[in-house]
Amino acid sequence: MYQTNNLVKDLVKKYGRRRDSLMPILQGIVEKHNFLTDDAMVEVATELDISAAEVYGTASFYSFLDTEPRGKYVIRVCKTITCSMKGKHEIIEALEDMLKIKVGETTSNGMFTLLETNCMGWCHKAPAMLINDTPYTELTRGKIIKVIKEYMEK
Amino acid sequence: MMKTKKISKVDLIFEHIDPREILIKVHGMSSEEIIEEILESGLKGRGGAGFPTGMKWKFCSEEKEKTKYIVCNADEGEPGTFKDREILDRVAYKVYAGMAIAGKAVGAKTGIIYLRGEYKFLLPQLRMELDSFHKLLKETGYDFEIDFRLGSGAYICGEESALFESIEGKRGEPRNKPPYPTTAGLFGKPTTINNVETLVNSVIIMKYGSDRYKQMGTRYSTGAKVFSVSGDTPIPGIYELELGMSLFEFVKEFGDGDTKTVQVGGAAGFCVPRKLFANTVIGFEGVPTGGSMKLFNSSRSMYNVLHNYLEFFTEESCGQCTPCRVGCQQLLKGIESVKKGESQSTYLNELIKLADTMKIASKCGLGQSVGNAFKSIVENFREEIIY
Repeated sequence: MYQTNNLVKDLVKKYGRRRDSLMPILQGIVEKHNFLTDDAMVEVATELDISAAEVYGTASFYSFLDTEPRGKYVIRVCKTITCSMKGKHEIIEALEDMLKIKVGETTSNGMFTLLETNCMGWCHKAPAMLINDTPYTELTRGKIIKVIKEYMEK
Repeated sequence: MMKTKKISKVDLIFEHIDPREILIKVHGMSSEEIIEEILESGLKGRGGAGFPTGMKWKFCSEEKEKTKYIVCNADEGEPGTFKDREILDRVAYKVYAGMAIAGKAVGAKTGIIYLRGEYKFLLPQLRMELDSFHKLLKETGYDFEIDFRLGSGAYICGEESALFESIEGKRGEPRNKPPYPTTAGLFGKPTTINNVETLVNSVIIMKYGSDRYKQMGTRYSTGAKVFSVSGDTPIPGIYELELGMSLFEFVKEFGDGDTKTVQVGGAAGFCVPRKLFANTVIGFEGVPTGGSMKLFNSSRSMYNVLHNYLEFFTEESCGQCTPCRVGCQQLLKGIESVKKGESQSTYLNELIKLADTMKIASKCGLGQSVGNAFKSIVENFREEIIY
C-alpha cells in the first residue's frame, strides 16, 4: 500500500475537477504507483465530488487501471493469436522461472507482477510484452533473461 | 474468376511532404470545396468499417452547433493491426495536418487524439512534434488545437461512441445509435471521428487531388491501404498496397508456400480458406479490412485460432448487452465442449445460430462481428473444430 500524499491534489490541479478529468487523474496515479488503492479512489472521488462507486466503476472497466496491488514493474505478455503462435508459452515459462511466480502473481519483494494482455500491436515482431509502458519485441528466452536482469539491477 | 488487380505497392502514407504547403493550399479553400474534394476521391474509412469520409465531414459541417470536435481514433486494438502505430511513429505531422483540414472542413477548433494505452511510449515524441505543428498552424492562419487522451487497455474503446465515453471519464460502454457522432458525439457535440490512416489519406488527396487519388484502387475501393501482415509469412510487417487485389495475389507475395487460410480484418474479420483465395477481392466490394492480414499455414489448428479469438472477445466484451456478453461466453464454452466430445458435432449448428442472433441483437460492432470469424472458421474448417 502507499500514501498518495499530494499526488491526487497535484493531478487535480493539472487536469481539473471535471468528470472528464477522471481518466487522466487515475492514469497519473497508476503511472506513479502501478495500481489504485481504495483510499486513492476515495480521495479522487472527494476531489471530483462524485461517488467513490463511480470512480471504482470506471477504474475497474479498464485493464490497465488495476485496483489490485501490483509490483513496481508490471509485465504484460501478449497472448493473442500471433504471439501465441510464435512462442508466447516459452516466454511465460522463462519469466515464471526467473521470477518464481505464476501469471497473475507479484514477487514477494514487490518488484514484479506478471500478467497476460490482449493484442498490443506488435504481431509482426511477436512475441511481445510490455514492462510498464515500454514494449519489448521478438522475444526469446535469452532476451528475457537479459531484460529482466537489467530491471532487477535497477 | 473475378477481375482483380495485381499487387501494386505505393508509398504515399509514409512519404515525407511539406505540411506547410498543404495547409496553405487548404486555407484558401472553402469548407464546401474541401468536402467536395474528399467526396469526389471516394475515400472510405480506413479503420475497418469503411464509411465514406466525405459524408461524415459533410454531415458534421451541416450541424449548426458552435462547438464541434475532430477526434482521431488511435485506439488501434484489432488483433493483427499495427499500422497506426507506425504512421504515428513516422509521420505524425500528417495526422495532425489531416485533423486541421477536417477541422477547417467541418468548422471545429479542437482536435483530440485518443491513443491506446499500449502506445503510451510514443507520447513524449508525439507531443514534441505536436508543439512544432501548433506553431506551423498559427503561422498558416489556422485556429485549431490538438490534444492527446490516453486509453487504458480496453479494445472496445476503439468503437467510436465507447471512445467518447472514455474521453468523458466513464466506462467505455458503447452508446445507442442514432444519434450518430456527427450530430451528438463527444460531450454531446457534433463530432467527426476518423481513423489515423484516414486522416493521412485526406492530406494525400489534398496534395495530389481526387482525380489522381482515384486512379489507385478500384471503383468501390479507391486509393491504397496500409496492410499489417503477420502470422506465417517470411516477411511480416507493414505494406502500403493498392486496394482491389485478389487474396491469391496477396498470398503469392506474402505467403510461405503453405498458406492454408488468411484471416482478413482481424478477430472481427473473416477467415478465407485457400479454395476461395482467387475469388476474394481485398476491398470494400469483397472482404474489407482495417489492414489486419494474418496468414496461417497448414501446421496451425484452426480450433486454436478460433479459441484464441473467442477468449479475446469474451474478455473484451464490455458486458453491457446480453447477446454479446453471454453470447461470447457460450460460443467459447460451446466449441470446448464439442472438442472434448461432450457435445455432438451438430451442436456447432446451434452455435452458428447463436452467432447470427448476436449479429442482429448486439448493441455495437463488437458483438455484431464475433460471428464473422466464428462462422467463417467453423464453416470452412469444421473438422478441425470437432476432431
